[in-house]
Amino acid sequence: MNKYWIAVSGASAFAYAVKLFGASVPESWLAHPRITRINIFIPVALLTALVAVNTLADKTKLVIDHRSAGIAAAITLLIAKAPFPVVVLGAAITSAIIYRIN
Amino acid sequence: MSVKRDSLSVSLTVGAYGSAFGAAAIAAHFTVLQACLLSLLLFSGASQFAVIGVIGAGGAALNAIATSTLLGTRNALYGLRMAPVLKMSRLKRLVGAQITIDESTGVALSQSENGLEEMRKGFWYTGIGVYVFWNLFTLLGALGAKAIGNPSAWGLDAAVPAAFLGLLWPRLVDRKSRLLALLAIALSLLLVPFVSAGIPIISAALLAILIGWRE
Repeated sequence: MNKYWIAVSGASAFAYAVKLFGASVPESWLAHPRITRINIFIPVALLTALVAVNTLADKTKLVIDHRSAGIAAAITLLIAKAPFPVVVLGAAITSAIIYRIN
Repeated sequence: MSVKRDSLSVSLTVGAYGSAFGAAAIAAHFTVLQACLLSLLLFSGASQFAVIGVIGAGGAALNAIATSTLLGTRNALYGLRMAPVLKMSRLKRLVGAQITIDESTGVALSQSENGLEEMRKGFWYTGIGVYVFWNLFTLLGALGAKAIGNPSAWGLDAAVPAAFLGLLWPRLVDRKSRLLALLAIALSLLLVPFVSAGIPIISAALLAILIGWRE
């Protein structure tokens, strides 16, 4: 089994386990302000790191390339309150144009 | 009937976005089957993008699983919040758990003024609707990306971080979140040259746990 299959099956199994766990445990188990706080913080930190790494990292090098142009477009669109699909499409089109020019 | 309309419009817009996932999965060298299985079995947008984001950047399977699972922990809290509303039998819970995500919980909670029955409708209509459309569009996006070839030439490698950014944006509501975001950028980028792919992202999660714990 290659790492693609391990990632697909492992991540899927854990995702379902987490969902089922939440639906099954007594409320008092997770109703702690510390848990609530961490639960808000984790997605912020993870998603930010995923944006940064997927935009600026090329293996173990930091680079500014066509992807950065795409993300700049995405930020502009988000500030302009564009809907989700428009943001992704705008980033893709901008990035593709820069890639083809180079 | 507005809960039906709300559920349908959320299902369609979010579902259509599954095409971005399908395409991005192909760009990260997943197969069409793997892309579809992630949507069918994992079924949690941010976590799915995390799997392909980490693997696509050259990370190990374990890093992808850990990142995806940490992003999915919020679904457990949604399940906890929805349990007294849904009051599911053990068997129904096996199905309900799978569709406990941002959207189904969000629409259900938006109906809280209209009573438990409307909340339940919101949850099931939206959960099932998103599931159907998300999976359909994943397949279409994956097949489409397969047909067009070089992902960079079509901007697919920028679509992945843009998708993350779109998911992140509404969460940057207060100063604390923005500060944490800046710290996460600094930490992950500082680590990139020194550790294997995936570790910088997990480190950001550990940072979040540390800050949340100590505060």
